Amino acid sequence: MKILIKGGTVFDPSAGTLRDLDVLIEDARVIKVESGISGRGAIVLDASGMLVSPGLIDMHVHLREPGYEYKETIATGTAAALSGGFTAVAAMPNTNPVADNPAIIEFIRKQAAAAANARVYPVGAITRGLEGNVLAEMGEMHAAGALAFSNDGRPVVSAGVMRRAMQYARMVGVPIISHCEDDTLVDGGVMSEGLTASVLGLKGIPAAAEEVIVARDLLLAETTGCALHVAHVSTAGSVRLIREAKRRGVPVTAEATAHHFVLTDEAVAGYNTSAKVNPPLRSRTDVQAVLEGLADGSIDVIASDHAPHADYEKAVEFDQAAMGLVGLETTLGLVFTYLVEPGVLTAAEALTRLTANPARILGLPETVLKPGAVADITVIDTHCEWEVDPNRFLSKSQNTPFAGFKLRGQAVATIVAGKIRKHSGVRSQ
Amino acid sequence: MSIKHLLGLEHLPVETITKILDTAGPMKQIISRDLKKVPTLRGKAVATVFYEPSTRTRLSFELAAKYLSADTVGLATASSSVVKGETLIDTARTVAAMGVDVIVLRHPMSGAAELMTRYTDAYVVNAGDGMHEHPTQALLDMFTILESKNRISGLKVAILGDILHSRVARSNIWGLTKLGAEVHVAGPPTMLPAGLEQLGVRVYDRPEAALEGADVVMALRLQLERQRQGLIPSLREYARLYGLNAERLALTKDDAVVLHPGPMNRGVEITAEVADGSRSLITDQVTNGVAVRMACLYLMTVGDASREDID
Repeated sequence: MKILIKGGTVFDPSAGTLRDLDVLIEDARVIKVESGISGRGAIVLDASGMLVSPGLIDMHVHLREPGYEYKETIATGTAAALSGGFTAVAAMPNTNPVADNPAIIEFIRKQAAAAANARVYPVGAITRGLEGNVLAEMGEMHAAGALAFSNDGRPVVSAGVMRRAMQYARMVGVPIISHCEDDTLVDGGVMSEGLTASVLGLKGIPAAAEEVIVARDLLLAETTGCALHVAHVSTAGSVRLIREAKRRGVPVTAEATAHHFVLTDEAVAGYNTSAKVNPPLRSRTDVQAVLEGLADGSIDVIASDHAPHADYEKAVEFDQAAMGLVGLETTLGLVFTYLVEPGVLTAAEALTRLTANPARILGLPETVLKPGAVADITVIDTHCEWEVDPNRFLSKSQNTPFAGFKLRGQAVATIVAGKIRKHSGVRSQ
Repeated sequence: MSIKHLLGLEHLPVETITKILDTAGPMKQIISRDLKKVPTLRGKAVATVFYEPSTRTRLSFELAAKYLSADTVGLATASSSVVKGETLIDTARTVAAMGVDVIVLRHPMSGAAELMTRYTDAYVVNAGDGMHEHPTQALLDMFTILESKNRISGLKVAILGDILHSRVARSNIWGLTKLGAEVHVAGPPTMLPAGLEQLGVRVYDRPEAALEGADVVMALRLQLERQRQGLIPSLREYARLYGLNAERLALTKDDAVVLHPGPMNRGVEITAEVADGSRSLITDQVTNGVAVRMACLYLMTVGDASREDID
């Protein structure tokens, strides 16, 4: 079967270019990228005025399976991914049981294959049970398909354990993704420290709770030579530390989430538990620093940190509410509305942070639309205006602080291995 | 004018604050009568729902309701289904379903009263939610100040102690600044919340500067667990550095008055000499607490038809 994506503007992350070209797909692969390709014998997607990008990759997602299927399953989470334009996601290991052994990694891959939605790249735990003591079997998990290791959600407390983890991960040849958070500085805090927390009477989390661990892990990456990826950077101090470390040649990359470059801690006003997230939403200064970090390349990746929770886990006292928000179906719109439209990033720069950069970090094949490449493609209508309605999410959960936001930019077709898995709004002939 | 919910002073308009304070005067007269009962709230039901131990606030609300002829019931955590894991929302629905008109809620978590309003038709009075607000305490403090000074505007009020964890301090900051007072707070740096300066409050880490020339001094209760949490090295050092004693009181104006929300740790945040001295209005505060709560209950349940939803 052939599919022709006609009349769109093709993004090439390897060159950073946007060119008006047609893309012809046969079976799972791209076979031709030229202008004026004939649509004879092919399904034709009219992509006039749209961006045609290598498939978007969200390298920070919680799919909740196994163990928390009431929040999300691999099937619903990957359906949400497709809906949001992502052809692949990296699944964090804080499941139950924890993804700290090859059997769980294989289970996740099997469930993903059965769902046949977006691709799933499992991330294994750094330590057994995420407990921070004993290294998990990184080699075995890597052989089973884990592409990175992280104790996301339950950071490695001991610097000694983290150092050994980095020494070991370097041997395996995979990055450590660090959720940087010092629990003694968090000390029961539930939102960012600042005026809003003071007025609401909620315990604040200082910026240093993130920054001291960013600094620690940068030093450990520098001395071990392990590739370190700093997850969900939220403070100005973290951006500065990462920028300086990169300049020094430390093997570090970093990601920012859409909520950390769009919202401030003021979103929590009124005890809005949908804005309760870890790391917490920060000050205007921090948001500005994250934007600058994205613009100057200190931050390499945009990820959602998609963290679904059931309604009843959010409709409680703020102190009791679960942390996290769903982001797979809003990230792309937020990127175009809050980064591309105001000129923080060009469309090409933004898409690089959603394609080539996460692919490079996870050791995936180059994301580029050229003959022979696997046909993972996202077609984006950058002009389409839409309003966020959580009731229309394909995710099992609706916990988003963006309900009612008017966004511009949406995926209209998501193609995985040459199959159109999501298709809305594209005129086909 | 009437109030639907009383959740805090942050969003309460000045006119409403003034109205409550004006109404508390006549209410206080009722308390001093031989026959302490008016039929104003006959047929209304008030439930005090307390998830935290409290003697004076709860007693104060119950007496306020009874003096106005309302029926009162009390729910305390130890004897309720709260220990069985019933959520606050379920409790709100249950109590309202029994026909209660007003729920007076004390809860250890900030925002609990506001959460409750989303799940019940009853009027909710916040009797203290976590570190957030304790509006009736601030109202009774302001009423007490007014009785003594005849004004609030232009006064310098010093609040000393654990500002970070204090809902009393937060409600007083909102109320006092709305009525034109100049608020100075002082406490150990580990107990000062971030960003207060942005509300027009002067913040100090030593008490002397805050006390200089003050008209009113409010000493806050130090929860003794703060030492165990490592926020201060010892009670002795706290008393030495931050305790309100005669020497520090001498820094204030000659006619300055002393308030304390109670219960006091004599010898920690305040010396017995000051607490029981001639400048102390601490006993008046207790009486005024009942009067102010009567005013609040009255204005909430017996208002004109056009209720405004005030939080």
